[in-house]
Amino acid sequence: MNGTGNLMDFLDEPFPDVGTYEDFHTIDWLREKSRDTDRHRKITSKSKESIWELIKSLLDAWSGWVVMLLIGLLSGTLAGVIDLAVDWMTDLKEGVCLSAFWYSHEQCCWTSNETTFDDRDKCPQWQKWAELMTGHAEGAGAYVLNYFLYVLWALLFSFLAVSLVRVFAPYACGSGIPEIKTILSGFIIRGYLGKWTLLIKTVTLVLAVSSGLSLGKEGPLVHVACCCGNLFCSLFSKYSKNEGKRREVLSAAAAAGVSVAFGAPIGGVLFSLEEVSYYFPLKTLWRSFFAALVAAFTLRSINPFGNSRLVLFYVEYHTPWYMAELVPFILLGVFGGLWGTLFIRANIAWCRRRKTTQLGKYPVLEVIAVTGITAVLAFPNPYTRRSTSELISELFNDCGALESSQLCDYVNNPNMSRPVDDIPDRPAGPGVYNALWQLALALIFKIVITIFTFGMKIPSGLFIPSMAVGAIAGRIVGIAVEQMAYHHHDWIIFKNWCRPGADCVTPGLYAMVGAAACLGGVTRMTVSLVVIMFELTGGLEYIVPLMAAAVTSKWVADAFGKEGIYESHIQLNGYPYLDIRDEFTHRTLATDVMRPRRNDPPLAVLTQDSTTVEDVETLIKDTDYNGFPVVVSRESERLIGFVQRRDLTLAIKNARQKQDGVVSSSVVYFTEDAPQLPASNPQPLKLRRILNLSPFTVTDHTPMETVVDIFRKLGLRQCLVTRSGRLLGIITKKDVLRHMAQMMNQDPESIMFN
Amino acid sequence: MKTMFVIEAFSLACFVLLSQVTAKNSEDIRCKCICPPYRDIAGQIYKQNVSLKDCNCLHVVEPMPVDGKDVEAYCLRCECKYEERSSGTIKFTIIMYLSILGLLLLYMVYLTLLEPMLKRRLFGHSQLIQSDDDVGDQQPFANAHNVLSRSHSRPNMLNKVEHAQQRWRRQVQEQRKSVFDRHVVLS
Repeated sequence: MNGTGNLMDFLDEPFPDVGTYEDFHTIDWLREKSRDTDRHRKITSKSKESIWELIKSLLDAWSGWVVMLLIGLLSGTLAGVIDLAVDWMTDLKEGVCLSAFWYSHEQCCWTSNETTFDDRDKCPQWQKWAELMTGHAEGAGAYVLNYFLYVLWALLFSFLAVSLVRVFAPYACGSGIPEIKTILSGFIIRGYLGKWTLLIKTVTLVLAVSSGLSLGKEGPLVHVACCCGNLFCSLFSKYSKNEGKRREVLSAAAAAGVSVAFGAPIGGVLFSLEEVSYYFPLKTLWRSFFAALVAAFTLRSINPFGNSRLVLFYVEYHTPWYMAELVPFILLGVFGGLWGTLFIRANIAWCRRRKTTQLGKYPVLEVIAVTGITAVLAFPNPYTRRSTSELISELFNDCGALESSQLCDYVNNPNMSRPVDDIPDRPAGPGVYNALWQLALALIFKIVITIFTFGMKIPSGLFIPSMAVGAIAGRIVGIAVEQMAYHHHDWIIFKNWCRPGADCVTPGLYAMVGAAACLGGVTRMTVSLVVIMFELTGGLEYIVPLMAAAVTSKWVADAFGKEGIYESHIQLNGYPYLDIRDEFTHRTLATDVMRPRRNDPPLAVLTQDSTTVEDVETLIKDTDYNGFPVVVSRESERLIGFVQRRDLTLAIKNARQKQDGVVSSSVVYFTEDAPQLPASNPQPLKLRRILNLSPFTVTDHTPMETVVDIFRKLGLRQCLVTRSGRLLGIITKKDVLRHMAQMMNQDPESIMFN
Repeated sequence: MKTMFVIEAFSLACFVLLSQVTAKNSEDIRCKCICPPYRDIAGQIYKQNVSLKDCNCLHVVEPMPVDGKDVEAYCLRCECKYEERSSGTIKFTIIMYLSILGLLLLYMVYLTLLEPMLKRRLFGHSQLIQSDDDVGDQQPFANAHNVLSRSHSRPNMLNKVEHAQQRWRRQVQEQRKSVFDRHVVLS
């Protein structure tokens, strides 16, 4: 019966033990670090005893790498499943494959011989819905029926997505990156990285992306990868019992998430370093790289795109760029910065409205309304009807002689016989001008609709929509420059570098630079952005234009507001995130921030051997402080240590249940030896083991600059203030955050959590 | 429960990788040649299921639309690409995804519509007393507290599963309150 016993143990409610944290609280980094050092020392000392202990110590040392391997395998598999399912479901809105219903449009026509040069996607096996239902493929009736069914499918997908999120895992909505940033800085959100959140986020991400909404899957993939990381942490007690070590694993898992989202392992590691992680020691760098590599390898072996590439936007041209082209690149950078500022301000205003007014009470209705508007407006324009990834892929591609899309409708010289890569600049045909109008409309549409889409109660990312906005703007600028260079090649600016008959301007490159600029303007990434872009496209020659655009967009955007989209969302939600990049330059002292203030009740303390159990319980019940300092006595107020509220509660509850003789009037003592009491007193209770004997203290004249630095670098939760050895007050992380907000003239009451 | 989930995840990963390797039928490789318009011949796309070493213009473009001396000029403008896919993986993935989605939808319908109806019929109207902080709460799992308190003191498997399920429902309800109602997290 041992098997069923173990199974039933899993179903039991877990007993919380001393040393764990409550939900929505901050961890104590120093304590976690010292616990890990203790554990490591114990294992090392025991490993000398026997061979079995030695093997166990080796397994413990290797468990980190095993966890990374498992994270990479599972993230890669899930990303492959998501890519294949999105591919299929996006095409389901328009038609179905008759020979095998599980094939998307491209896969259905893969072996068919009826595809023509002009219409590469047509084949008899794949039929649109109107053709299937009525038998007519063309005509106004077919168009209206296709339109209607497209909108219907989009509404169905988004309704399913929001219902599943609401019923099973409410934490699966949104992008996930702001919350993961906060978790990695030491905050606890129980259930945010749980198994149901993982399952629901994967399933609903496919539905949300397939419904045609203006959102991407990169941010949610980071959340999915971190859920995988959390899942595998629970297999090893080294990580499951230590919150600090767990966050190292989560940093590496975030790198694996970006790696499979973009096919950029190095970019993923740098993204984890720059954007997501709080502490990033060198050991984590190496492990993140391993996890990202395993994930990329797994995704490649699943091969979702059928041509051994990891991402849809792989471009193959190597045409050089010219120094004079830096001017339009910098202009694209300025556009990216301006768009980033506009998007952040508008999106935060809309999210704030959703948080505070009636709009927030109808999440399902909101999702359906936004999907309906998106689908209705997106269908007529062929550039918004298809999925955003396909649009970006088409915009990044250069027009050779082999393309037949409207965007590549250039007037070809029939006698031309150059190889396919080196086509000289050509005048634009009518199709290109048509495409330019449609692209301009698509740009305005995407700029407006993304503001309302990001932040809804379904998984939504914003990398792909930002890249789409930038790519459209870049392509328009590129075509404009190309046509100017062709028609006016005798102007001074073009004369030096652009000879007639040469291939001067590549509009696809402008699209790439525009995409990088817009993404940088919104997220304020720098190095990781450039690395991701050049890993996406394989164009090492284009690093300088990408860097120029990224730097320009960051400068322009920083001129209007220092925070990127993720930091703005953290601020909107009031998470206790002490940003590493903020500088505190005011001249306040520790006395100005510490509690209790002049009019507050005095500090709630415990004495080392004169408090009774009843007093402690009353103190816990009447106040909601997270911990209490322990002093020698109320007269001398010399500091002994600090004890956490949760540890006190659990210890007293345990003592009442398990130890004999402990009653309400028992004395609680924190010293080594029991105090001298008359024999008639009930048995005293020793609680020294839950006392932290080395709490961090500063004197009252310490400048706040130093205090903020200490909180940031050591990850403290609270810090005690003393003067000539006597305890004066306490500064918590919440007080520090409120003080900083006050100094920056923001609302200090918006900091909600401890 | 945890190890079962991990084993499941592992076997899924292995299955996908294995199916990729084993399902290599001849239909899954192709060579696609795109030839642009040449003189008075329209553009054409040619596809054939050949291997990588045969993937060039001379093997794939059949029937050749131009005569002997123009073949080289024509082929120079054509671009041939070798592509591979795994139809087994695609089929397996889509069918598995649809079945998981279907199961989740069925479970959702059961939780939101059928279970309150069944409970009402089994225990009668008087038993469904809402607790204080759930007054007017029509969400799923609203009577989680109630059912939990009616434990039948049978410490067997079924009871344990039901307890675990009730605990999970309470957690989800807490999450739903903080995300959807109070807008505290994830605005």
